[in-house]
Amino acid sequence: MTMLEIKDLHVRVEDKEILKGLSLTINPGEVHAVMGPNGSGKSTLAQVLAGKDEYEITSGEIRYKGEDLIEQAPEERAREGLFLAFQYPVEIPGVSNVYFLKAALNAIRKHRGLEEMDAMDFLTYVREKMKMVQMDETLLQRPVNEGFSGGEKKRNEIFHLSVLDPTLAVLDETDSGLDIDALKIVSDGVNSLRSPERAFIVITHYQRLLNYIEPDRVHAMVDGRIVESGGKELALKLEDKGYAWLEERVAAADAAAASGA
Amino acid sequence: MEAVEHLKDQYEQFARDLGSAWPTGLTERRRQAIDRFGEIGFPSRRAEQWRFINLNRITQTSFRLPQSFNGFGAPDLEKYSYEGCHQMVVVNGRYSAEHSRIGELPEGVIVGSLAAAAEQHPELVERYVGRFAKFENHPFVALNTAFLRDGAFIYVPKGIHVEQPINLICLGVPEAEPVAFYPRNLIVAEESAQVTVVEQYATIESDNGGSGVYLTSPVTEVEAGANSTIDHYKLQRESIDAIHMATFQIHQQRDSNVSSHSISWGGGLVRNDVNAVLDGEGCESTLNGLYMVEGEQQIDNHMRMDHAMPNCNSHELYKGILEGKARAVFNGLIHVHPDAQKTDAKQTNRNLLLSKEALCNSHPQLEIFADDVKCTHGSTTGHLDALAVFYLRSRGIGEEAARSLLTYAFAADIVERIKVDAVRNELVEFLFRRLPKGDVVRQAV
Repeated sequence: MTMLEIKDLHVRVEDKEILKGLSLTINPGEVHAVMGPNGSGKSTLAQVLAGKDEYEITSGEIRYKGEDLIEQAPEERAREGLFLAFQYPVEIPGVSNVYFLKAALNAIRKHRGLEEMDAMDFLTYVREKMKMVQMDETLLQRPVNEGFSGGEKKRNEIFHLSVLDPTLAVLDETDSGLDIDALKIVSDGVNSLRSPERAFIVITHYQRLLNYIEPDRVHAMVDGRIVESGGKELALKLEDKGYAWLEERVAAADAAAASGA
Repeated sequence: MEAVEHLKDQYEQFARDLGSAWPTGLTERRRQAIDRFGEIGFPSRRAEQWRFINLNRITQTSFRLPQSFNGFGAPDLEKYSYEGCHQMVVVNGRYSAEHSRIGELPEGVIVGSLAAAAEQHPELVERYVGRFAKFENHPFVALNTAFLRDGAFIYVPKGIHVEQPINLICLGVPEAEPVAFYPRNLIVAEESAQVTVVEQYATIESDNGGSGVYLTSPVTEVEAGANSTIDHYKLQRESIDAIHMATFQIHQQRDSNVSSHSISWGGGLVRNDVNAVLDGEGCESTLNGLYMVEGEQQIDNHMRMDHAMPNCNSHELYKGILEGKARAVFNGLIHVHPDAQKTDAKQTNRNLLLSKEALCNSHPQLEIFADDVKCTHGSTTGHLDALAVFYLRSRGIGEEAARSLLTYAFAADIVERIKVDAVRNELVEFLFRRLPKGDVVRQAV
């Protein structure tokens, strides 16, 4: 079954249309990279998938595991296995990283009819996941993201991802601002989580990430639409030629459509 | 004003009944206080210090002095008892030896009734009572001083450390008619002494057919001798029908360290005046507070920090959580006197509004008359951060639980500063009960 199917999605914030007819299909086990210039709507796509409510979906549809995603609250999506790694993870002073994760995991397990994990089992489970992203144990006890460095915050997102064990993970510019060591750690984490049941949408600004996470498909986003899709060679082409050629093509097509109408 | 006349008449009866039971000095002070109250009366809404609080519930009620100083059993008291603490109980303003349980104390420490102390140690009581809590411009301090009769007295001599906290439970037991009472508490730590005091205000609910309305108007004075350490916790958890008008007055001598933590969630109409005078060099003074109000509760916190001498540090952090149509006032003044060079004073007030109709008036003020000081203040009032709510929900936490979790987190730094385990646990348990989906919060913090 298709994991995610987005059809002709139109989304606006206040009076501005940001996604203008976006379509995308993702199957289990696949890794899709979404690239595009600033303002093309990449992060909007990520946040709409996670259910942020300031976006108005004016038309189109999103089906996740065959169900209408738009109707679902953010927490329902999470419990159904959708995960968004935030571009800017939020600091939550006063809430410990590890206890928060335990509450989140148990909310998800409860939804799936699994027994809640007790403190001991959870700690064993979490320690194992920490090794994968080489997270310092002190970051477990600290409040969520509070006082974390940029790299630590991104690693913490991947750590949350590994603990919550989603079926569709959306990474919103997780690579931005990372040095090469941190990038390798994050990529190794993602690669070790790849499985035939799990799919990834990797949103990125930089081709560099794709040297470490090899995508099945690469999509170029321009002006709220996916305008070109291909294999990993498309990423190299975008790196080489930039987005101007695509932007020109979109502008020409729009002009033709306008004069035709 | 009718209410003022009523109280003056009541005073005459009270003074006759009391006779000459107390030291002469205090008899005179009481008389001065009621005379002064007659002059100033209750403040109007135009009075600057009372601008945002509605005192109609006081001025339109005819309060009597309480007749009963018991009327409950040990089980009623149990939930306010803390293990490992000396327990003092004051009922409707009178000390109850019957319910108090004082453990073994170091030599020279006095813990007991203020009335008894006035007889046994008149020199101590007269020296401190009313010395710092000024009644001249404060109607409720004036009333408390006029009707001064009993309360708790804690005296720690030079160099003595009272290791177990003292749990002072001030109970209100409503009567068939509304009653008003005025507990007077005095805490004195001499040079290099150390003591921790928990002061609780709670209601014993009774089904005597009355409305449950009562007014408790306590004054607690703290004298911190040179190099002494006093940690004070106040838990105001009275019933919604209770009116609470309190003054907490701190006087600090050189190198003393006083911390006050004022936790308030009870009462329908609550006013807390907290005043500290740093009257010697090298003082450290911390005033923290957390108030949680809902429904139509009103709470007014008025703080005044007087830096009278150089090289003192003060820290104030007050946080409020407001729901329903609740109203809160924060008014904090830091006054730095001309001699108080090298003052380091910090004051912060933060308010979290959980409903559209809740309202907060926050008014931090600095008055600085010295030129080499570091003073900061800040005030914020706002709603929960929508992005943080979304972040938590995106991890599978339900919306209600996410909001509760963030509300808990807002209060957490006040909670964490509480060093007495029993008080901290009490507050944490209250938050778990009060917040929707408290079980998720319990798991996540």
